Amino acid sequence: MKLLQVLREAIRSINSNRTRSFLTILGIIIGVAAVIALMAAGQGAQASITGQIQSIGTNLIYVMPGNQLTTATNRRPLTLADSRALANKLRAPHIRNVAPVITDNNDVSYGKESLQTTVYGVEPGFEIVQNLSLSDGAFFTRAEIDSRASVVVLGPALADHIIGKHEGIIGMVVRINDYPFRVIGVTTSKGGSQFNNPDTFAYIPLTSMQARVKQDLSSGRVNYILLQAEDEESVKLAIDEAALVLRENHRLNLRQPDDFSITNQEDFLSIASSITGVLTIFLAGIAGISLLVGGIGIMNIMLVSVTERTSEIGLRKALGARKLDIMLQFLSESAMLSLIGGILGILIGWGLASLIGFVAAQSGTDLIPVVGWDAILLATLFSTAVGLFFGWYPASRAANLQPVEALRYE
Amino acid sequence: MIPNTKTDPVIDVRDLKKVYHIGEIEVPALRGVNIQVQRGEVVAIMGPSGSGKSTLMNMIGCLDSPSDGVYILDGLQVSDLRDDELAEVRNKKIGFVFQKYNLLPRVSALENVELPMHYSDENSHMQQRATDALKAVGLEDRMRHKPNELSGGQQQRVAIARAIVNEPAIILADEPTGNLDSQAGKEIIDLLLGLNRERGTTLIIVTHDPDVSAAAQRVIHLRDGLIVGEGESR
Repeated sequence: MKLLQVLREAIRSINSNRTRSFLTILGIIIGVAAVIALMAAGQGAQASITGQIQSIGTNLIYVMPGNQLTTATNRRPLTLADSRALANKLRAPHIRNVAPVITDNNDVSYGKESLQTTVYGVEPGFEIVQNLSLSDGAFFTRAEIDSRASVVVLGPALADHIIGKHEGIIGMVVRINDYPFRVIGVTTSKGGSQFNNPDTFAYIPLTSMQARVKQDLSSGRVNYILLQAEDEESVKLAIDEAALVLRENHRLNLRQPDDFSITNQEDFLSIASSITGVLTIFLAGIAGISLLVGGIGIMNIMLVSVTERTSEIGLRKALGARKLDIMLQFLSESAMLSLIGGILGILIGWGLASLIGFVAAQSGTDLIPVVGWDAILLATLFSTAVGLFFGWYPASRAANLQPVEALRYE
Repeated sequence: MIPNTKTDPVIDVRDLKKVYHIGEIEVPALRGVNIQVQRGEVVAIMGPSGSGKSTLMNMIGCLDSPSDGVYILDGLQVSDLRDDELAEVRNKKIGFVFQKYNLLPRVSALENVELPMHYSDENSHMQQRATDALKAVGLEDRMRHKPNELSGGQQQRVAIARAIVNEPAIILADEPTGNLDSQAGKEIIDLLLGLNRERGTTLIIVTHDPDVSAAAQRVIHLRDGLIVGEGESR
């Protein structure tokens, strides 16, 4: 029997019992819709997280003291001398900017209000490396570093908390570690989470940090150094150059392992995307279970259908249908059923994904669901496969009916 | 009647036996049946229920395989063919007419008649051939009707059209008038006899209606799985 005719008969059979067909494929519809919607939400979350990481800059490189992989003996801390060496264009041509950082958890206060937060001791260039922009005022200059000026750039949330506003506060004086600092700038709000929100940070000149806030820090020592590669392509080269410079500076011989570690934005990105990837697979797995249940529903109704049509099968066999003909007839019917379910499920899932996006946008969350072609393809193939798999048993039962008994069946 | 060009019988059954196994018990349904039917003959098979006439009909129709014995249909030894080969034999050589018509309820008369051709290698001009078959049974004006829009007699005509569409060697009719009133039944028998006359198709009718068997040239009586009598009916 020709395939076209087989498909025509399958459509006619499905059409002749619409209510039952619809109820049968409802499980598949729900399953596929859930897969599509949840995968879209998962991929949206992934895009949102990676987007946030990327906004910091992909050619960013972190240099930390110590090495997680080995317990290096005679560990040397990172120093300003390391930072100067890294900034030497002759030794590290692919590093564009170097920003040594000293951090300290300290109270920032104004009048009676204070907030414990992270205070950054940095040099000019840090704002470029970290992609910090100011909504008001200006970042400190080299001259203010050299003069150990008591100036500070505040995050808007920090300013709101201690001063009560973040506009028109240039020139006001806040206290850090009981030293007065004059506000010269306010960063633009990035609107992050409550935890470790950059909007609550304060930035002061590195030299002022050493002199007034973290006096106990041994001279020249820094917490970490941020590097900015020339461009995304040269990140790997910049990392190699940085390692070489630091090994020379730390006088490590060939057998000694690095006493520092260099990580890159890409590493964080891949960690984040693997976490969200696992989350997406997890969600899709849950949705897949409902597809499985839907498949069992199809098998159930196909078994009923085979029983109902026993005498029809007997007739077809009497008229010359071979086993394969009967097999194909029922398989195409179950595959068609679940394919229709899959298509309806994709449409509904798409709608659900849009709804999720709409709700997220209304509540101010940065999540745009992504209905990918891969998800659509996967859902279509998977639902058809479910139909074939669960249709196999009823179809082979029909194909193996004895014509005499099938014809006699009432 | 069209004279035969071949002399060998179209149906040649020799010492055919069929034993059913119901659990441990062996139930013999046919206990050695010999039948020869010539081309173009009209044969009625009669017998009470349990006589084995349904089993014999299934054997002749290639719907079931005998336990023992030889069956040669139209020159082809079919007693030991595989299932799919039997399906092909049924498709090409046998036209079935059932008591309950066995039409597909969802499709038109025309499509019901087309059905055997879907399972055949020769499926060119399907619609034309189906139309011709329906004309031969006098239903050319009912082709687009579905079975539930047709009377019992008309439905059986569609079934007969379906039986002749692949131009089989034999038509096997199992109680073709069993569900019809006497008038419609007579028309169906007349139609079958007419097709036999015009096309020379061998006609085997299983029945317990004496009026039907009276129309046949030969009547075979079956009892307890054996032929107990055979004779000319007229």
